[in-house]
Amino acid sequence: MTADLSSPMIEIAGLTKRFDRTAVLAGLDASIARGRVTALVGPNAAGKSTLLKCLLGLARPDSGTIHIAGLRVTSDPVYRRAIGYMPQRAAFPENLTGEEAIALLREVRGPGAAIDFELIERFGLARELRKRVHAMSGGTRQKLNAVAAYLFRPSLLILDEPSAGLDPVANAILKQKILDTKQRGATHLITSHVLSELEELADDVLFVIDGGVRFSGSLDTLRHATGEGRLERAVGALMAGAAS
Amino acid sequence: MTLALRLLATGVRDVGRRRWLLAYGLFYVALTDALYRFGGTGARTVLSLANVVLSLVPLVSLLFGTMYLYHAREFIQMILAQPVSRRAVFIGLYGGLVIPLAGSFLIGVGIPLAWHGALSDAPVAVVVTLGTGMALSLVFTGLAFVIALAFHDRAVGLGAAILAWLTATVLYDGLVLIGVVLLRDYPLERPLIAVMLINPVDLGRILLLLQFDLGALAGYTGAVFEHFFGAAEGSLWSSVALLAWIVAPWRLGLRQFVRKDF
Repeated sequence: MTADLSSPMIEIAGLTKRFDRTAVLAGLDASIARGRVTALVGPNAAGKSTLLKCLLGLARPDSGTIHIAGLRVTSDPVYRRAIGYMPQRAAFPENLTGEEAIALLREVRGPGAAIDFELIERFGLARELRKRVHAMSGGTRQKLNAVAAYLFRPSLLILDEPSAGLDPVANAILKQKILDTKQRGATHLITSHVLSELEELADDVLFVIDGGVRFSGSLDTLRHATGEGRLERAVGALMAGAAS
Repeated sequence: MTLALRLLATGVRDVGRRRWLLAYGLFYVALTDALYRFGGTGARTVLSLANVVLSLVPLVSLLFGTMYLYHAREFIQMILAQPVSRRAVFIGLYGGLVIPLAGSFLIGVGIPLAWHGALSDAPVAVVVTLGTGMALSLVFTGLAFVIALAFHDRAVGLGAAILAWLTATVLYDGLVLIGVVLLRDYPLERPLIAVMLINPVDLGRILLLLQFDLGALAGYTGAVFEHFFGAAEGSLWSSVALLAWIVAPWRLGLRQFVRKDF
């Protein structure tokens, strides 16, 4: 199947997800353009994490549809071949070495998957990967998560608080990687509480609040709409508008 | 299936390197050796061992099973974000934990029994003891997964695991006995046999003690079971019921895992 490059990378229609009686996502509609970096922002408990979980197949929506790279998100895991995911916290079993963790992912993806070891070199991680995960520092574990996300040259990268735990040098390397892979056509969906970082990277902003989308568009459009020059202030203006 | 086996191998590698697993195996080596040295014959050693096995295997399987799954939450999320089915991940996680657990028991008990010659003294009792211990590892690891998947809160899950262990090893037979006393004027043999099938520890106990012709020591339910079935048939039925106890939590856990929001 060949993807239509003019169509959005992610299309979400009427997405609803309830936990107990609380609607965390309330009929959310959104569209994420291909080849761009989209910042997913919003206040605490807005539904950002649940939205990411629905995209990754970790949570099942009560209703609505999601298409990623033209494939409907269902229990069939095949659509996740397009996705690289960087979680916020350390993810690998503690008694595996970094090399074993990467070998596991390669086994899961199969022998035909394209491999990108560039971040291992840029982070200077080769020696650290021989250690077991429990012996790694928090920053090294996060670097390993970044390596895992970009390992198979995915067309969609979902990065959840990617800078958490990274030192400034590693953070700069990761930002450069984001920009480089964007140049090659990859789509990024990034959440972060550090809005100044998102401002450096993001082309588009998806502002979520109360389980719905309050703003979706380019960063420039957001600045223009709110009359604020900085993303942080623009988001603040959106939140103030939602509260009033 | 290949993916499940790869994940299983990873789990075995991860769990197999944990110090508590080594301590668990060494405890059985020390216990079995000590019982053999102080207890005398192979049959008597195995009988003493059976009582420890029936309490300790469920406790360790429940506690380590629930803790393992809670601890692996981020890994589960990360691996489920890969193009892999939930069924394969569940099989990998379960097998990756239960194989080292049951293997540690098998080696920890089996090696001292073998070097003391128990296999020639009481071969059937040794095989049944090892088989029951491994079966209980499978049952209670499955139950641990059911509990950890049912309760999001780690403290509540661990509390539920301890309660499940207490119920299976202590409370259940006590409640049955109270029921029997209260209903003593009624014919209770057949209902009691059905009631026994509900508790895998009782099943394991019957299975072990029937090998020594001591079913009556397994409490009131054990006496009824031995009387009703006779030793050979009782062993067969308790084995079948234990097998069902292995499959049922596994199936329930898989169902929960496939449907759960992580």
